[in-house]
Amino acid sequence: MNNLLILLQKEFRQIFRNPTILRMILAMPIIQLILIPFAADYEIKNISVSVVDLDHSDYSRRLVEKMAATGYFKLVEYGSSYQNTLQTVGKGETDIIMTIPADFEKNLIRENTASIHLAADAVNGVRAGLGSGYAAQIIADFNREIRSEWLTLAAFNEIPQIEITSASWYNPHFDYHLFMVPGILAILVTMVGSFMAALNIVAEKEAGTIEQLNVTPLKKHEFILGKLIPFWILGLVSITMGMVVAYLVFGIIPLGHYLTVYAFAAVYLLGVLGIGLLISTFSDTQQQATLFSFFFMMIFILMGGLYTPIESMPVWAQWIAAFNPPAYFIKVIRAVFIKGSNFGDLLPEFYKMIAFALVFNTLAIVNYRKRSA
Amino acid sequence: MNAVLVDNIVKTYDKGKILALNKVSFEVKQGELFGLIGADGAGKTTMFRILTTLLIPNSGRAEVLGLDVVKGIWEIRKMVGYMPGKFSLYQDLSITENLRFFATVFNTTFEKNQHLIEDIYVQLAPFKDRLAGKLSGGMKQKLALCCALIHEPKILFLDEPTTGVDPVSRKEFWDMLDRLKARGITIVVSTPYMDEAERCDRIALIQKGNILDIDTLQGILSKHKKTLFAVRSEQMFRLLNNLRQFELTESCFIFGEFLHLSLKNGEADVAATKAFLIANNHQNLVFKPVLPNIEDAFIELMEDNHHAK
Repeated sequence: MNNLLILLQKEFRQIFRNPTILRMILAMPIIQLILIPFAADYEIKNISVSVVDLDHSDYSRRLVEKMAATGYFKLVEYGSSYQNTLQTVGKGETDIIMTIPADFEKNLIRENTASIHLAADAVNGVRAGLGSGYAAQIIADFNREIRSEWLTLAAFNEIPQIEITSASWYNPHFDYHLFMVPGILAILVTMVGSFMAALNIVAEKEAGTIEQLNVTPLKKHEFILGKLIPFWILGLVSITMGMVVAYLVFGIIPLGHYLTVYAFAAVYLLGVLGIGLLISTFSDTQQQATLFSFFFMMIFILMGGLYTPIESMPVWAQWIAAFNPPAYFIKVIRAVFIKGSNFGDLLPEFYKMIAFALVFNTLAIVNYRKRSA
Repeated sequence: MNAVLVDNIVKTYDKGKILALNKVSFEVKQGELFGLIGADGAGKTTMFRILTTLLIPNSGRAEVLGLDVVKGIWEIRKMVGYMPGKFSLYQDLSITENLRFFATVFNTTFEKNQHLIEDIYVQLAPFKDRLAGKLSGGMKQKLALCCALIHEPKILFLDEPTTGVDPVSRKEFWDMLDRLKARGITIVVSTPYMDEAERCDRIALIQKGNILDIDTLQGILSKHKKTLFAVRSEQMFRLLNNLRQFELTESCFIFGEFLHLSLKNGEADVAATKAFLIANNHQNLVFKPVLPNIEDAFIELMEDNHHAK
């Protein structure tokens, strides 16, 4: 016990003396939380639209005005022909071309049907998909508008019509920040818990101090605990910092309880620290540890559901994601923040996190023993 | 009881590819200052790591203070002070923080044992709040010695403590070891410097994992009391080549600004050798007998060992 206390005292002394660690813990949450949600916004705005209006009718003008008025679209050009306008797509100036054929109004009135051509630049698939989706919605809206006008004009009744209204539960305004901020909190905790701990342990190997400790009566578990506890605490400090920023900058507070967040963070950190410990047993230098960490981090982030939903990944990728600890924490923290889930709702995730903690720490200790024998 | 007993220790690295220690055996008596002397890569550090319980030997037996280095690992760690060859204290902790840390790890306190290191610590005291990483080489080495002593070890293992330290600090360091020895602490020290051998009670010469000889310095020198001659001329390289080809030469090697030459029949060959060198047109020839020192003995042993293989 005494040994553990002196190790902890030493560790914190070194941490507070290391400006890099402090900067990472204080500045990283702030910068990441402010930067990423604002920059990596899925809400696609300012889609450049070129209109090729071959009809020049009242209706066609109304449709174009309606598009421009939504704020999603930016009209960049009125083209004279589809072929000419296609060249602006090649130059990257236009994302979507909307071609309104000649006789659009005439066909609409006489034959009750008319077609519009949308062409999207699919180099950026997300932008193309969402852009043409928005456009289709607006056109459908326009369609409904015209219909209702005719109905009132002709005083016709009884044309059956299904109107779809959708309600977005938990995030009614599709607030992208509400979705992104908790996810980034999860990544922050992962970084502090695993990689900073791994680097710290490997630094002792590099400096040779671990050898000096090994000739003392200090037990291995004391050394390991002396390393894990400080980073467990730092992980919790970092998520606290992150939640403060989330409130101050975005006004986001969890709908559920803060205690639920902390309970999960505390258990999740144990698993993440196990990963850090495992990395440290594989690496002899901080450079190696950094490369390992980088590799893991990419998988953690890209396969953890932070950006792309796990449910829309192929089955094999979903299997990988099932063994990706951050995926669970991202899910949990989003559920608590956005949905207001309580501890009982998330019990399956809790068990999985405990399993991760056991597995990674056991692996690390087995590997640690093997290598030091 | 011997303080250290090493019996037929074998240690290999890389799954047997590299033989670091080849059936090494020696003993260190209680209270002795024992030197392990050999070039870089001779196996000194491996020996130290085995004796300080950091490495397990492939075969053979080693005991420290009567305890087996494999079975008695925790008992040994309490009683041993180790100073690795590379400075291995916390560079981002101050002198006193390092000392207090290592004292506590050994279940004691800096205050309680300060008297043990007092005469070394007085030199560190003016800088006691300076970070270890910011100390000079000599200061670092003194701090490392203090940290190895703070728990009152019965035996000290010092791995190349004077490598990279200036000559004045080296001398001071050996004076400190003498005072520690006077207090009854057994000290095992390794060094690549032959001149430090004279400060040890007994020395073991080690080369490529083999012990060449173990004795007092005088003992080793007396075994090699063949007369040596220091020779020089204006063309040293040609001189070396000529002497190495000369039929009466036993060995000849460069030693500082002279060549050290030993002749097959000693004194009896001097006249013939001088005549040979003059016949070979060597100008300003110097030719004088010298007393062999430890380095001569070491080189001779190395060559014997080489021929024996």
